[in-house]
Amino acid sequence: MTRSKALPYLLLAPATLFLCVFFLYPFVLVAHEAVTRDGAYTFANFRTMAEHWKFPATFWNTMLLAIVVVPLQLVLALTMASIVSRVESGRGAILYIFAIPLGISDLAAGLIWLAIFEQSGFLNTWLVGLGVADQPVMFLGYQSKLSIFVAVVLAEVWRATAIMMVILVAGMGLIPKEYGEAAEVFGASAWKRFTRVTLPLLRPSLQTAIILRVILAFEVFAVVAALGGTNLPVLMGETYHWQFALQDRNVAAAYAMLILAISIGFTLFFLYALRVPKEARP
Amino acid sequence: MTAILADAPAAARWDSRRRAGRFLMFAAIVLLCAWVLLPIYLLIVNALSSPNEVTGFPKRMLPSFDTGSISFFINFAGVAKALWNSILVAALTMVLSIGIGAPAGYALSRFDFPGKEAFRFLVLMTRAFPLPLLALPLAVMFIRTGLDDTPVGLAIVHTTLALPFAVLITFSLFSGIPFELEEAAWTLGCTRLQAFWKVVMPLALPGIAASAVFAFTISWNEVFAAAVLTIENRTLTAFLLQSLNVSPLYLKFAGGAALVVPALIFIFAVRKYLFAMWGIANR
Repeated sequence: MTRSKALPYLLLAPATLFLCVFFLYPFVLVAHEAVTRDGAYTFANFRTMAEHWKFPATFWNTMLLAIVVVPLQLVLALTMASIVSRVESGRGAILYIFAIPLGISDLAAGLIWLAIFEQSGFLNTWLVGLGVADQPVMFLGYQSKLSIFVAVVLAEVWRATAIMMVILVAGMGLIPKEYGEAAEVFGASAWKRFTRVTLPLLRPSLQTAIILRVILAFEVFAVVAALGGTNLPVLMGETYHWQFALQDRNVAAAYAMLILAISIGFTLFFLYALRVPKEARP
Repeated sequence: MTAILADAPAAARWDSRRRAGRFLMFAAIVLLCAWVLLPIYLLIVNALSSPNEVTGFPKRMLPSFDTGSISFFINFAGVAKALWNSILVAALTMVLSIGIGAPAGYALSRFDFPGKEAFRFLVLMTRAFPLPLLALPLAVMFIRTGLDDTPVGLAIVHTTLALPFAVLITFSLFSGIPFELEEAAWTLGCTRLQAFWKVVMPLALPGIAASAVFAFTISWNEVFAAAVLTIENRTLTAFLLQSLNVSPLYLKFAGGAALVVPALIFIFAVRKYLFAMWGIANR
């Protein structure tokens, strides 16, 4: 019996060890790097980061992207999930198609939308073909920040809605059908049933989906790199820039800490805002 | 219900409303499928056109099935090696995350022990962290240990991304296999290991394969850590990212297609298990 008491710990040991060495410890390291320079504790790295001329734009671009992208994705993911959980035939095929972007790299997603938005791309072909534009428009040049932003939003919505959709479909599957049917008997419209029955019961999955998505939204990197280059600076891109081009690990670490702080802040906020009251838990 | 709706106009109204609803639903499905598939199609069209067509204007909506872009991509200096590195790193990630994650998933599903919740918390916590950032401190750590710019080093970072999924998927897999089956095997004289190997393993194998494919996909797609941690041994994503500024359009699109097409196959292979991966995220 003593063997089977030790067994679970033996089985967990590799994973625990791995996460401690390659997950917890490195985060301690990066935190340490962010608050030191040449061996002395200092806030200089954060000051260098914040005083750089690009920083305000970088920070607000990232925030604005998250604020625009996540609600759009939430609506789209809810629509997709409702369709998938209601459709009778072809559910598997529809679900697979909706889930495809889940497996696509953010870099590939950026390149996919580059094919549409670049100057000799498909959007211009259609615009000129329809007579809307006389000649190809330059959407992704350094002077057209707004259209770069729109392209990045579209690419992000296209790429990362699937992850929310799958979580929400799973959550909708856990809601007993009887609730909706009971509401229908009492004359609730489809919209009422959705807002008064489905949405409140979906809260735990909504919480998971939103938290996951918001964290990923602050990690936006390759999509922006592919579509905007450095014309639309974002936090992760600047982290990379400081690490590589400017060879300043400490400032890159400060950026990492900032991204981490924002992620944790939003996680805590949504844990609180979308908490399920204790008495309502199953 | 039909008896209540006996009066004809109401029934007709009901009927037309239902039909309108069904039409709306159908339209939404078609529209959303097009939203997902059309951009991928356009990338494939570009990849299957000649370099001149890719940079030319206007674009044709059908590919010319010219292999010029693709052969340029394949023969471009560094691409073959980058492809090989991507596969190598992804395979290592797959082996590491399943090898470490599956035992943990099994332990979580079969035992109750002090510290179980703490471990689950550790695994779930990884999701609240921007994991690609790990590449920054690990770059230093790897230089000290000689792991810098090696497939193994990058695979370790990718394993931190894939491990939580591996643990959670295998946990739900093993939970779905009745413990009684194992017990029956023990009473028939199997040791614990034999029972696991001969009874549980065959049942769990398809699911484990799916989570292995998922781990492979995570690594295959990862950009930031790959770009930070590799210089000579770049993966395909790192190669494409670092040559964004200098490479011609047709190289980018052929490279994009090279990233997307395997991903399509991977997702198709694991489609049955998508929910096991994310459904448990609700608990």
